[in-house]
Amino acid sequence: MKINKNKIIEKISEGALFISASLSIFVTIGIILVLLFETIEFFKEVPIIKFLTEKQWTPLFEDKHFGILPLLNATILTSLIAMVVAISFGLTIAVYISEYIKPEQRMIIKPIMEILAVVPTVVYGYFALLFVTPLLRKIFPDISTFNALSPGIVMGFMIIPIIATLSDDAMQAVPKWLREGGYALGANKFQVTTGVVIPSALSGIMASFILGVSRAIGETMIVTIAAGQMPNLTFNVLEPMETITAYIVQVSLGDTPAGTLEFKTIFAAGMTLFILTFILNIISYFLKNKYRERYR
Amino acid sequence: MHEEKLIYKIRDNFFPVAGLLATVVSLGVLFVLIIDVFKDGYMRLNLQFLTSYPSRIPEKAGILSAWVGTVWIMVLTAFLIFPIGVASGIYLEEYAKPGKIKDFLEINISNLAGVPSIIYGLLGLQIFVYFFKMDRSVLAGALTLSLVVLPIVIVATREALKAVPLSLREASFALGANKLQTVVFQVLPSAFSGILSGVILAMSRAIGETAPLITIGALTYIAFLPTSPFTSEFPFITFQGLKDYFTVLPIQIFNWVSRPQKAFHSNAAAGIIILLVISLFINFLAIYLRIKFEKYMRRR
Repeated sequence: MKINKNKIIEKISEGALFISASLSIFVTIGIILVLLFETIEFFKEVPIIKFLTEKQWTPLFEDKHFGILPLLNATILTSLIAMVVAISFGLTIAVYISEYIKPEQRMIIKPIMEILAVVPTVVYGYFALLFVTPLLRKIFPDISTFNALSPGIVMGFMIIPIIATLSDDAMQAVPKWLREGGYALGANKFQVTTGVVIPSALSGIMASFILGVSRAIGETMIVTIAAGQMPNLTFNVLEPMETITAYIVQVSLGDTPAGTLEFKTIFAAGMTLFILTFILNIISYFLKNKYRERYR
Repeated sequence: MHEEKLIYKIRDNFFPVAGLLATVVSLGVLFVLIIDVFKDGYMRLNLQFLTSYPSRIPEKAGILSAWVGTVWIMVLTAFLIFPIGVASGIYLEEYAKPGKIKDFLEINISNLAGVPSIIYGLLGLQIFVYFFKMDRSVLAGALTLSLVVLPIVIVATREALKAVPLSLREASFALGANKLQTVVFQVLPSAFSGILSGVILAMSRAIGETAPLITIGALTYIAFLPTSPFTSEFPFITFQGLKDYFTVLPIQIFNWVSRPQKAFHSNAAAGIIILLVISLFINFLAIYLRIKFEKYMRRR
């Protein structure tokens, strides 16, 4: 039998390509194992009930408490503020550029909008701490130097392009005949937009919201710089508070030796973060696929 | 009757007015940010700022170790993500057969794109820094950042390959080329500028990443440079620098922002001007290549 040299090269190259593609699976496995390993070690020393229910997070103090609630609360509060800004602006912009302006104008506005997502987060942190917070002080005189409101708002602007771009894509995927059906029934532009286009694109729009939430929860530098490093279980957004991500940075900046309980706390915090974003990412993925398949 | 008309009028003009307003405000925020940073930092922008190490005295401090570190990390990251990202994209788009394995790979990459970058920092800390004993080196930093931006390259590669018309592949097969030859000589060259745009986009994301590098323990105060890769003796190149400690521009900025003194904030602003100019330039380059690619594809 003649050995076909080309065939062998073909097989080898396909194998190499497959190995590259499966590297991403090893990354996921790596993340899960690394987080799981240290988190299990952490829960050997701190009962999981205490982790989930205690109202204080003071692993770096003499009197140690390991309740994740203050960190979780700060993460959720800052993300909530960000989403209010990002959804109200992002969705309005998406409707506007998808339905109300010429495609050529859309092609110009979209990339400019994207710049908001390109600005490094450390720059937004600077902006939140040194520009937005002093500005907010004119409205709320008792706002702290570090607070949840200012980084929340700034984070919202960072997320606008995610929501605007993805929602616009979803609305663009709504077939023209659906809109025309609406007009044929005598609806005007506003009615077609709110009654036909938005409902039809809803799964894609929801996917963009969820992706935005996931981004807000995982955002690190803006909240580290502008919300402070004080685990503080409060709903007052004018006070300083520490998010999960900010805590990980705080510990990483100090010289915490591997193997200590303080070191393990960042993995337990990281695990909490990973689980939250993982669930959101998966939901967003399936929602996005749903609208893509419907109008293919 | 009259009131109803007014309500209709408001309603029908809601999206044109609110949409324009939202767009203008968002871009206005960007504009204000740039003006604010420029106002705070322009007077610190000079040659001394670029050629000095960080210092306790704000007026003498500079970003030498930071920008050199950024260049090291960026070059290395580009070399790492280009082959792996493009190969993964080719496999998923050209080779993988529809089915469970492909679905799984796709969900996985989509999830990885959404994993917070700080989690990659924790991964890099345990795997690269401790397990492979790379310490807080340039190599550990570049490997960690590569993992953060790899999904961007994979997704962009797939989009670019998808845009290449099927007829091109069929023509190549008809002439007797096999799959590998078709991909290497026909599909890849056509998709090249699209792929390149994705890689550059990934770089514009990587250059501003701070959190994963802080998490792996990159130092915030560095008064030396990684060993230069160029030597005067044969073989004229050394990889010693890969093992050295490093810092990057965003970390230096973060360090200055977190200090209470105002003078350090000016330094931070000056650093931000440089970081912004570079990342916006890289981003525009990526957009330019993408538009060029789309035009080229439409002509075919």
